[in-house]
Amino acid sequence: MADCGEPDGPGNKDDITRSKNEGKELTKEEKQRLRKQKKHQKKQKERKNEKGPSETEKDKTPVSLLPPPQPVATQKAPSALPAPASAPIPVPASAPFHSSPAPSPADKPAKSKAELKAERRARQETDRAAKQPGSSSSGIKTKVPLSELNPVVKRLPEHVQVDDPAVVKRLAKKLERQQIPLRSDYGYKVSLFSHLHQYSRKAPLTQLLSIPSTVIHPSIVRLGLQYSQGIVAGSNARSVALLHAFKQVIRDYTTPPNEELSRDLVNKLKPYISFLNQCRPLSASMGNAIKYIKKEISNIPSQCKEEEAKTKLLTCIDRSSLVNNILCEAFEKSRKFRVIVVDSRPRLEGREALRRLVQRGISCTYVLISALSYILPEVSKVFLGAHALLANGYVMSRVGTSQIALVARTYNVPVLVCCETYKFCERVQTDSFVSNELDDPDDLMVTRKGKTQLENWQDVSSLGLLNLVYDVTPPDFVDLVITDLGMIPCTSVPVVLRVKNLDQ
Amino acid sequence: MEWPKMTTLRLVEYFRTQVRQDPEVPSAVAAIRTLLEFLKRDQSETILGLRENLTQTIRRLEEADSSVAVSSGGELFLRFISLTSLEHPDLSQCKKVMVERGELFLKKISLSRSKVAKLCHTFIKDGAKILTHSSSRVVLKVLESAAADKKRFTVYVTESQPDSAGRQMADKLQNLNIPVTVVLDAAVGYIMEKVDLVIVGAEGVVESGGIINKIGTYQLAVCSKAHNKPFYVVAESFKFVRLYPLNQQDVPERFKYKADTLKAVEDLAEEHPMIDYTPPSLITLLFTDLGVLTPSAVSDELIKLYL
Repeated sequence: MADCGEPDGPGNKDDITRSKNEGKELTKEEKQRLRKQKKHQKKQKERKNEKGPSETEKDKTPVSLLPPPQPVATQKAPSALPAPASAPIPVPASAPFHSSPAPSPADKPAKSKAELKAERRARQETDRAAKQPGSSSSGIKTKVPLSELNPVVKRLPEHVQVDDPAVVKRLAKKLERQQIPLRSDYGYKVSLFSHLHQYSRKAPLTQLLSIPSTVIHPSIVRLGLQYSQGIVAGSNARSVALLHAFKQVIRDYTTPPNEELSRDLVNKLKPYISFLNQCRPLSASMGNAIKYIKKEISNIPSQCKEEEAKTKLLTCIDRSSLVNNILCEAFEKSRKFRVIVVDSRPRLEGREALRRLVQRGISCTYVLISALSYILPEVSKVFLGAHALLANGYVMSRVGTSQIALVARTYNVPVLVCCETYKFCERVQTDSFVSNELDDPDDLMVTRKGKTQLENWQDVSSLGLLNLVYDVTPPDFVDLVITDLGMIPCTSVPVVLRVKNLDQ
Repeated sequence: MEWPKMTTLRLVEYFRTQVRQDPEVPSAVAAIRTLLEFLKRDQSETILGLRENLTQTIRRLEEADSSVAVSSGGELFLRFISLTSLEHPDLSQCKKVMVERGELFLKKISLSRSKVAKLCHTFIKDGAKILTHSSSRVVLKVLESAAADKKRFTVYVTESQPDSAGRQMADKLQNLNIPVTVVLDAAVGYIMEKVDLVIVGAEGVVESGGIINKIGTYQLAVCSKAHNKPFYVVAESFKFVRLYPLNQQDVPERFKYKADTLKAVEDLAEEHPMIDYTPPSLITLLFTDLGVLTPSAVSDELIKLYL
């Protein structure tokens, strides 16, 4: 089974690249062929990895098994290099291993069948034992996808491993398979954050899409562009826009023949999600929304007719901005208060909030975050929005939030975080370095009186511009979290998650 | 069996007699007994009517005794009995189930004080010097069981003005043959370096894990934090209340002053509050009949109790 796809190898690849260039979707047979290729290549890679550590133990046992795939493998290796698109380039460390045992198996004498079987069994046992404690071949700092033997090991998300070439290559392959262009990083990255992506706003992903592209639905393309240019920003706005776009997708969807709606629609959504992820990394609330939709789709019974299923899905989708709403409602209840809006560069999102509050007639003051310690003595409460609430009680929000919480704590001013429960996520994070988003560094350039400072920052080799989007606030600085379930302290987030999971 | 309906006056009288007959009983337990009596004699036709009557009764009891414990105990009682209120179609059967559950609840919480004492007295080591504030029956029980365990310790009690409740505590402790000293409220900072641990009771435990207790507790907590002494709170679980104060002025007025003061006086700003709020960051551990909790675990327990 592993060898059957081999002889057609190069021919298949031409077919597939041709159809990709035409922008047509891969037919089912082509997809199956690709899948078989991948499986075979993966097996080969694993064998090469195993040869590494086990080579020193016993040279005899791998011998008997390898001769059949060996000549094919040697044939593949040189052909693999000039075809970078599809062949998985084996971990460079094992390439030298590959060439050295090649002559040795040929010298050893053949063995009887029973002995071969025993040796194969012994080899499998050692492999299993070697894999369990995390053998050396499975990578030093990254986690190469382990087999089902270790389901407990969690993978690091791909978007925080940008400086690891193996992970980047894997991501590139995945996107290629889904026919989505890969967005390249821009500019010099500050070394402490070199594990994150940094894109430029001037090079949107849509420019790299071929026309016509039938793989990605036009409303998703529009959404992706809105995300990457910052037209739709803020976690609530992004989630709502995402759900609207998905509604449109569901309306236009037709089940292909011999396919089930529940499975096929979920598979169709995967490339959309990768595309949106490339345009702008998904937020926790969007992740939760997507999980919910996927669950709803897969729960649709197979007997359900297509029209029924679609209306069902549309109805279940149907049901910062938050802080603004709270203040406006309080104002309507004739509470007398004054609002101080704190804003920060480069996004200056506070201006929009200020405009909305002033329109309602609330008396406001506007300051930049550098004036924080100046105005805090006259503040009675601090209201903050959140992007996500992590399972250890940390609050992930727009950069600058933790600064406000810290200064407010020293002035003994209560800090209240307003967050809906759908933004609660199971992740745990204690600092803002591990997982963050790097925005376009060119945003930090300021043009005043016709002169742009930092215009040529790329030319200065020792200069790096850092435009962070999120930061993480510890729960000691937050006094209260206001959610749709009531007021809870910051440390009770896992309890709410547990209660919600029970409900579902 | 038809019982004569309880009027407000009789309710309050019943409550007061309970408290008078047994000075050891917590005010919340007395309130719940009163509510149970009311429940037995209630003549409403629907469950909604019954609930409304009960809520009104709780409010009237709060007017009689404005402590936090009465309010929280009442609310918990209401929750406890209404959890299975919809199962039986017949109202009288429903009421019977409710009364049974009410009796069960009462029995459980009457034992809570001894549970707390059993948990806490192991934290008192031989030769310890303990500081406590005002008069708390739970703390008394804890010290009693520690003494019964043949431990030797000395106690400092703050005088706790304006009602000098600390002196009563000192008398009670002397009757138990525990060496005790009364100190001025203002001498807390002075005495803090001599003591090993601080134990106080609570009138109410709030959602954030902080406590509401006799005025002066906050000072005590701040001092003990500055000296790095453990600050322990002992409280029964029926004192958990669904408030979330962020600072002293967030505590509702109806708890801050005695019931008679609330009715008599016009301008409350002139009056001295009887309680204050201690934030959870100053508390080391809470001993309750649900176990030994950290302040952040209080919210988890509250969610389990109330949701």
